[in-house]
Amino acid sequence: MAQSNNSIKKILTVAFALCIVCSVIVSTAAVALRPLQQINQELDRKSNILSVANLYEEGMDVEERYQEAITPRVVDLRTGEYSEQHDPATYNAFEAASDPASGRTLSGDQDIAGLSRQEHFSTVYLVGNPDDPEQIILPIRGQGLWGLMRGYISLEGDGNTFVGITYYEHSETPGLGAEVNNPRWQAQWDGKQVFADAESLDPAISLVKGGASGETEVDALSGATLTSRGVTNMLQFWLSPEGFGEYLARFRSEVSAEEVQDTTVELESEGA
Amino acid sequence: MSAVTPKGVLTTPIFKNNPIALQILGICSALAVTTSMSVSLVMTLAVIFVTAFSSMFVSLIRHHIPSSIRIIVQMTIIASLVIVVDQILKAFAYEMSKQLSVFVGLIITNCIVMGRAEGFAMTNTPGLSFLDGVGNGLGYGFILMTVGFVRELLGSGSVFGFTVLQPVQDGGWYVPNGLLLLPPSAFFIIGLIIWALREMQPEQVEENEFKMKENTQPKEAV
Repeated sequence: MAQSNNSIKKILTVAFALCIVCSVIVSTAAVALRPLQQINQELDRKSNILSVANLYEEGMDVEERYQEAITPRVVDLRTGEYSEQHDPATYNAFEAASDPASGRTLSGDQDIAGLSRQEHFSTVYLVGNPDDPEQIILPIRGQGLWGLMRGYISLEGDGNTFVGITYYEHSETPGLGAEVNNPRWQAQWDGKQVFADAESLDPAISLVKGGASGETEVDALSGATLTSRGVTNMLQFWLSPEGFGEYLARFRSEVSAEEVQDTTVELESEGA
Repeated sequence: MSAVTPKGVLTTPIFKNNPIALQILGICSALAVTTSMSVSLVMTLAVIFVTAFSSMFVSLIRHHIPSSIRIIVQMTIIASLVIVVDQILKAFAYEMSKQLSVFVGLIITNCIVMGRAEGFAMTNTPGLSFLDGVGNGLGYGFILMTVGFVRELLGSGSVFGFTVLQPVQDGGWYVPNGLLLLPPSAFFIIGLIIWALREMQPEQVEENEFKMKENTQPKEAV
């Protein structure tokens, strides 16, 4: 028995049969449970959007609160205008980025957040009246230390003051970089300013070591230099004119007209 | 080890032959997931499921496993079961799966599962192996729940998330012991459990592997 079990033919047969059986079990479980998992992920994403806007409470009906408080809109990042081309409920900016028709390749010096490709259209989430929002929630993503970090930031209606930041997907080191989701660290973002002055289009917000001073500085995460740098870079990228800068400009009335692209100003006055 | 009876394999691993306390296996995850009792409970259930079914499947095909690849065969079975558990958790207990994060995946490397597959299931019938898996999972769970109870009660003043000792930050009187929320505290608690178990059952105490010379004089050391 032992002899025949160890023949090459038997070894190969057993290995092959086992692999087939196991892969069928694993893939059945994965495929059968995917719809449920997607619902969970969607709920998780929505509760993250609510929590970055300080609207999340333990035990509430996430779906209902989301529907009543949040209006998603698709924004053309190149012009900063709302676009009706895509349905905000189903549009997936992350997938659009990799499609040549709906995204662009970033060159080395543009690509400070390590994205390599960026979408033309992105979804923003507005709290309150969509025409004059109380809060603007923007999706951000970029490289951390170990991989892509994806999250949301929430700005007040002036397009400049932070309400909060949260990450719903990251692979940073637990206890160090993963502290980006520590409520105590997140709390210090409230009231921080994106831009140093009203005219500037370059975001000034950054994480600094050894104690933040001023409105545009936030304490870096201790022991997580590269994660902190990643967070700074992705904020610098997404809040600059490469990202949501053009879009945010419409909320920042102080920004002088010359600095905003002509099209933006025209359309904005039409809207007003 | 006691006689191989269905009742024996089910109950001896809990106190008499506990995988964590006596065999000192699976310590890593016992440190990581015991900060709260609900997480410990889910981890326990996951491990019971995996050890029971992996032992059963290994035992079912034990006459056909070539000895040269038996470890890989066992690992493949265990890994498949762990992935299934992970998928189920993601579908039905998403919050919990986020808290357990990598530790569900790491059940694959939990020595208890592997140890039972290699040490018991390879030489016993499927039914007995299944019960042995359940028993060892329960033994693991017993330690996990005990450690989780102490850590959650003293570390955050609650049991299963219900506040028992009102902590100071919520206006109560209890100052939570932060150390108990950190992994090293589980070492102390597991150490105390091992001490208690061996005190109750002196046959668990191991023989010294070497004998120290008596009464070393300070002079001799220099």
